[in-house]
Amino acid sequence: MSGVTGLDARLVVRRGAFDLDLELRAEPGEVVALLGPNGAGKSTALRALAGLVPLHDGHLRVDGTDLSRLPPERRGIGMVFQDYLLFPHLSALENVAFGPRSQGTRKREARRRAAEWLAHVGLADHADARPRALSGGQAQRVALARALAVRPRLLLLDEPLAALDAHTRLEIRAALRRHLAGFDGAAVLVTHDPLDAMVLADRLVVLESGRLVQEGPPAEVARRPRTDYVARLVGLNLYRGHAAAGTVLIDDGAIKLDTVDRLEGQVFLAFAPSSVALYRSRPDGSPRNLWQARVEAIERQGDRVRVRLEGPPLAAAADVTPGAVAELGLVEGSVIWAAVKATETHVYPA
Amino acid sequence: MLSTKPSRAAEKLPGRPPWILVLPALAGLAFLVLPLAGLLIRAPWSTIGTRLAEPQVLEALRLSLVTATLATALCLLLGVPLAWLLARVSFRGARLVRALVTVPLVLPPVVGGVALLLVLGRRGLVGGWLYDTFGISLPFTTAGVVLAETFVAMPFLVISVEGALRAADLRYEEAAATLGATRWTIFRRVTLPLVAPGIAAGAILCWARALGEFGATITFAGNFPGRTQTMPLAVYLALETDPEAAIVLSLVLLVVSVLVLAALRDRWVNTT
Repeated sequence: MSGVTGLDARLVVRRGAFDLDLELRAEPGEVVALLGPNGAGKSTALRALAGLVPLHDGHLRVDGTDLSRLPPERRGIGMVFQDYLLFPHLSALENVAFGPRSQGTRKREARRRAAEWLAHVGLADHADARPRALSGGQAQRVALARALAVRPRLLLLDEPLAALDAHTRLEIRAALRRHLAGFDGAAVLVTHDPLDAMVLADRLVVLESGRLVQEGPPAEVARRPRTDYVARLVGLNLYRGHAAAGTVLIDDGAIKLDTVDRLEGQVFLAFAPSSVALYRSRPDGSPRNLWQARVEAIERQGDRVRVRLEGPPLAAAADVTPGAVAELGLVEGSVIWAAVKATETHVYPA
Repeated sequence: MLSTKPSRAAEKLPGRPPWILVLPALAGLAFLVLPLAGLLIRAPWSTIGTRLAEPQVLEALRLSLVTATLATALCLLLGVPLAWLLARVSFRGARLVRALVTVPLVLPPVVGGVALLLVLGRRGLVGGWLYDTFGISLPFTTAGVVLAETFVAMPFLVISVEGALRAADLRYEEAAATLGATRWTIFRRVTLPLVAPGIAAGAILCWARALGEFGATITFAGNFPGRTQTMPLAVYLALETDPEAAIVLSLVLLVVSVLVLAALRDRWVNTT
């Protein structure tokens, strides 16, 4: 096992009613995103990796070295904190030089290295600025430079984009992606934003209530969600059911949906809200997946309107245009007909 | 601060405040202010210059400033680590230790002086050993004054610094740890700078308390001009022989107190 490169960990942390038990691996150069709802244990996992909370069980190896018994200052792990936590009394340069200085590098050499890192993240001319004088995006880059300056074999990022406004976020995310691509160690990123995870990570690990519920490349997770949480994140309607002869009998619902996939047994069935068609009265024509539903809520989302349909037989979200809402006379409580074409459904093994 | 003021003013009830509250309030204010005013009114302004220049006054003032400053330094040296221990290390009996630290706050200073004598006196538990081994005797020396002042003033510093440490964001220390800093480096390069305002406020308060110390000093260190006679002791002694001198000395202490208050203005007076 000690020959394994990158991160190889099983993190077991118990704290009151909460317990985390997560196996986590990351190859050198790989970026793994830990995705999950609030309280799922993402940050706890990251803090356990950094040594800020103790492991109750499991193991933690980086490039074959056992780190689980070492205090944080001896783990050689770089961490970018959620609010960056730049030391307010030190300049940007001194913040970045703090790590090398703590590792015993001489002051002059540490400052030279810090200046290099600042230049690397494009902030050479902000070296003397105090954190308070930096914008959110600049602070994030200083925090990244500070974490990288200790030459870590594992880089941890806790919600690195959460503190930024939507405007700067895109730009900073692109820059972060470039820096992560240039980092040759393993990286673990915690986020609750699926888009950040999709853009930044090579692999997603979805955590719910302290347990891994799904993992895989972003595209795979987005196409085949396996929990309601992931389905909501990637914007799909998701059901469990039993497939037989081209139809799926949905669990907890008295409805059978036609599909084009030929699977048998327990399956997941997913379809996009945009593929749900709504009608005021029962439509004529070809047989299709059709059901009657009550409108539970109507929410504006950008240039579309998300209509939540109450079950049974099928709780679902449908995306329609504002024009369609007016045409159908949709209000909360309306009873309407909903339909999904078999070709718009996607079925995969449970 | 400024933005909260309009809303706070708006919360006040309109109309005249009831006299049953206003009268005692005014009486209380007068009670606090009048003695100070009396001090100013009765001060021998015409001779104040020459009186201040008297060697005994200057001696007492110098001794007070020196001992209060040394006591503050000692409080910082011992009190900041003690505050850190209370705020950052969880250990059995922490509550008891915290209670013990605050005892000198409520203890009559004279009792503190007696206690110091029993421990550090020439025949005391530690003092006897110090005298027998090194020939060091602390009571009735300037060093004794510093110890007495440190004893009564240190709780002010510890409480102030512990509060600042508890209010400081622990995550900065975690960030420093992930960067490879040892706990000593973290304390020196992160924690101390972050709580520096709290330490400064505590030190000023501590210094003011040490400067005004009377009971423990006179009990433990006695009242020897030039050696242990600090300003408060000089005031007390002068009151019997030369009341005008007592007034002048009191004025000096008043001025120092007001200066301390001014130094702490931003920290406490504005928070109400």
